[in-house]
Amino acid sequence: MYKLRTLPGDDVRQIMWRFSERFDFQMAVQSARSIARSVVAKLVAEGARNTHEWTEQKDGLLTAFDQSGLTALFMDPHQGGFIEGPKNFALSLVALELSWVDAGAATSSLASNLALAPIHEKGTPEQRDKYMSACVPPQPGEDRKIWRGAFALTEPLPYIGVDTGVLCGKATVADWKDGEEPMLQIDKRGRFITNMDFATFVTAAVESNDDRIKGTFMIILEEGDEGVFDRGAPTLKMVHQLSSTRDPILNLKVPADRIIGGYDVVDGVIIPKYNHSEIIGAVFHRTRIPVGLMSSAKLLSAVEPVIRYHRNRFRGGDAAKEGSPRYEKGIQSNEDALQRLIDVWASGEAGCSLAFGAARLADDFDAVEKAKEEHFEAEGITSPRKQMAVLRKLNDQVVELIDLEYTPEAERNMARYNELKDDTLVQYAYMEALAGILNPGVKLWNTGVGANMMREAVSLVGGYGITEDCPGFLMQKWTDIQLEATYEGPEAVQRRHMTMTMTSEVFQATMSAWGRQMERAGKEVPGLGGYVLASAMELWQWTLNYLKSAKDDDGRKLFHNKRQGVTFPLADALGWLLGPYYLSTDVIELIEKGPMSPTLAEGIDDLTGFYKDIAHVQSARAAGEVSRICTELVYGFNECKGECSRDDLKEFQALKAKVDMCMAGSRNAKDRAGNALTEVMIPEALDYPMG
Amino acid sequence: MSSEFHIVVCGSIVPDPLQTLAPVDGPTGPTLQNEMMLPAVLDPWAGHALYEAANLAQANPGSQVWLVSLGPKAKLQQVMMAVSQKAPFQLVVADGSSSGFTDSFETAKTLADTIEGIADLDKSKMLLFGGWQSASRGSGAVMQMVGEMLGVTEQFQGVDKITVGDDGSIAVMERVEGGAYQKSVVDGAPAAFGWATGELPEPPNNPQIGMQNMQKNMPALMQAKPADLSGTSLTFEGVEVPQQRRETRVEKDASVDDMAKEIVEWLKG
Ligand SMILES: Cc1cc2nc3c(=O)[nH]c(=O)nc-3n(C[C@H](O)[C@H](O)[C@H](O)COP(=O)(O)OP(=O)(O)OC[C@H]3O[C@@H](n4cnc5c(N)ncnc54)[C@H](O)[C@@H]3O)c2cc1C
Repeated sequence: MYKLRTLPGDDVRQIMWRFSERFDFQMAVQSARSIARSVVAKLVAEGARNTHEWTEQKDGLLTAFDQSGLTALFMDPHQGGFIEGPKNFALSLVALELSWVDAGAATSSLASNLALAPIHEKGTPEQRDKYMSACVPPQPGEDRKIWRGAFALTEPLPYIGVDTGVLCGKATVADWKDGEEPMLQIDKRGRFITNMDFATFVTAAVESNDDRIKGTFMIILEEGDEGVFDRGAPTLKMVHQLSSTRDPILNLKVPADRIIGGYDVVDGVIIPKYNHSEIIGAVFHRTRIPVGLMSSAKLLSAVEPVIRYHRNRFRGGDAAKEGSPRYEKGIQSNEDALQRLIDVWASGEAGCSLAFGAARLADDFDAVEKAKEEHFEAEGITSPRKQMAVLRKLNDQVVELIDLEYTPEAERNMARYNELKDDTLVQYAYMEALAGILNPGVKLWNTGVGANMMREAVSLVGGYGITEDCPGFLMQKWTDIQLEATYEGPEAVQRRHMTMTMTSEVFQATMSAWGRQMERAGKEVPGLGGYVLASAMELWQWTLNYLKSAKDDDGRKLFHNKRQGVTFPLADALGWLLGPYYLSTDVIELIEKGPMSPTLAEGIDDLTGFYKDIAHVQSARAAGEVSRICTELVYGFNECKGECSRDDLKEFQALKAKVDMCMAGSRNAKDRAGNALTEVMIPEALDYPMG
Repeated sequence: MSSEFHIVVCGSIVPDPLQTLAPVDGPTGPTLQNEMMLPAVLDPWAGHALYEAANLAQANPGSQVWLVSLGPKAKLQQVMMAVSQKAPFQLVVADGSSSGFTDSFETAKTLADTIEGIADLDKSKMLLFGGWQSASRGSGAVMQMVGEMLGVTEQFQGVDKITVGDDGSIAVMERVEGGAYQKSVVDGAPAAFGWATGELPEPPNNPQIGMQNMQKNMPALMQAKPADLSGTSLTFEGVEVPQQRRETRVEKDASVDDMAKEIVEWLKG
């Protein structure tokens, strides 16, 4: 039996999330944490959330972000930032730290980056330099106002929401003098637009309403442009009140060189280089990861206040005598209270592991994606369809790479592995399919399931849980998480994205490799729960393949993009598998690297014992969910014949029975982990103020 | 006229004060339970000294700041991710225990030796800074001994403010009894200052400064030599956390006057 000595600190996180060597990231963590636990917490405690308006008090947040380097985090060093290379991971860490206290603050810190993202991803070099530099806080001695942006895609009803295809934002040519830059009239109404109280520029999605402009595009609008820049009414939102949201009305005359990514003129028609879908695709690919972390951060942040509340519940007054179990253990003398908190904790860990896995992939993918574009450009293969065809031909090599990637190093053919890894297109195809699952997967599972788990956390604090002054602001967090499940695409959008990639041969090969890896972990790391996860992965894959050819009683195909009743639950099930898989690999990393850390070595077996149990608990829970969903889908579209037997499904039944049996030990894991909570040392008080 | 100072700040880490600090017997004497695993912070007194040092260096171009730390280097490295963002300094590390149970003489000796080893330090320009106390141990003795060992005999304790005059002299305000200050003037460096809280707030984090600091300070951490604290003859009969008595009563509408009156009565017994 192990004993969890303290709550996991930075040294544990750095190993698990693989940033022990990145001091720039560690500093970003410290910066964000110090703001979160001082300025942000104070705002919440003082009730700054109790108004829809953007107040002077809330505005102090932006100054704090500017001063502590968070505003410039998104920029490259030559633009005024301090982190070289991709920033997905760093932004994710910041999102986690801020949301540990209040996710509205995290939204505020990220929203300007969201506005910049279209420019960053697809803008011309001139656009990139101009707007990125303008958004860096002025340095000492510089006399200029900092720019902040808003990203305007969503429109008033009945236009853009989940469906981003029907735009009401319109563009026409206002003026086009020979040899001069055409002037465009942009008419855009936004709904729920973050940062709109103080944005000095807006990146807006619009559609042409003029024969002289082709299709849709995104364009940069500035506060000083000629026309109407009405910030509109504040959104009466009940969540994330430390962020600003309004419904702006913009009708402005702007030069065509503000079209993001530039344009060509062909036969007198302005042809934007990128349509709005291409741009938002590139943007959301990345920005959804920090949102998922906002949700998981809340679950982890709930652990300490809940333990403190439970332990101290009967202390003081004459409710219990010092030294009595009631006094010493409080509510922790009840198994259920301990184990439900373990569920909350395990979900938070799984979500974080998944999201940081996705963020690492996004950082690595940046360079590979650019290399792929250069490769195709050099070969003159520019149309997406032709590129797809080239990539498809490489499938065998991609699958080979995946096999090698997940083969233990000692058994791997290194020469072949390196050869395939150095092949840009092969590497790209593998990563692209994985990102196509992980990015929506993070957003879907962390926020959606996270919202349900947050309710569990709130209920562990009883009546206090649903008050404004509950330690750790759990009530605010429970409501906030619903926005995280909504903006940047609600769950339906993420499910749709996942269903598009999850059937691909490349992702299927990855899933098979994960299954083998977890099977191995089952053998080599007893207690981690590798077997149960591997069996659930196998069941999910079998079910997907079965559904692809199965039909309902009316002879209609089951797996079809019009049948969300089939495809979406399968995406949900896949979502459940991702978190425990990444958590398990992080725990294996901790088992390997922890003993080398001077600060962790002493208690490492205790620590890894606890983490193995947490991973096991989460894997078992996921396997249960997957098993339920798969069973409903496999049996649920054929009517009952009263025979209670389906010989045609023997294989499924065997796989399902295996999942059931692989649950072995999972409840012991939960018993142990729950017990550990009774002894764990926690700080004397929360390190941020309460209401 | 501006003066060029070589400011050496002695400061190390202490467990985050919010943590439960439970003394236990270890193999080599008392330690705090799970001390290595608990989050640590820069000793607040040393922190005041460091921010004052940075401010003084900025106001006197050509000045330099060193932070000399005796502490476990892995833990120090974690704390540096926050501290190195606050002000530019060169870190000098002696790898060893920063626990409140080490012998203050041994600690002072290690610090003095480490300072002697700083290549570019001009001792005639040296201002020796540190906390007049430490959050891990309030012996109030270390800085005085470091000063003595380095031959710095102009010493001030409980310092809240220093002002550098045009002639390079330094006016010092030291805390004395009853909230009063003793004012002194010292001709200039070298001198030692044990800081109380000083007058400066904690600077906001600036990752750019942090990155510059860490580029030069990581090698210092990597190359830190193990400190030899073995000369001690100090033993502990027993250690315990001061017992606190807490009697809680919830009163909603008590006036400040009533509260004060009650506290006075309680103090009188
Ligand atoms: C506080 C806040 C801040 C925001 N900030 C921004 C911002 O800065 N910029 C910006 O552009 N937008 C922003 N948004 C808008 C946000 O992205 C949208 O609210 C979100 O994309 C959903 O659109 P909708 O509200 O119109 O929902 P709808 O499109 O009306 O969808 C409602 C629900 O219907 C179901 N549904 C809809 N379509 C489908 C489908 N095809 N398949 C299955 N189910 C479906 C889903 O359950 C969905 O959740 C913000 C929103 C809020 C609340």
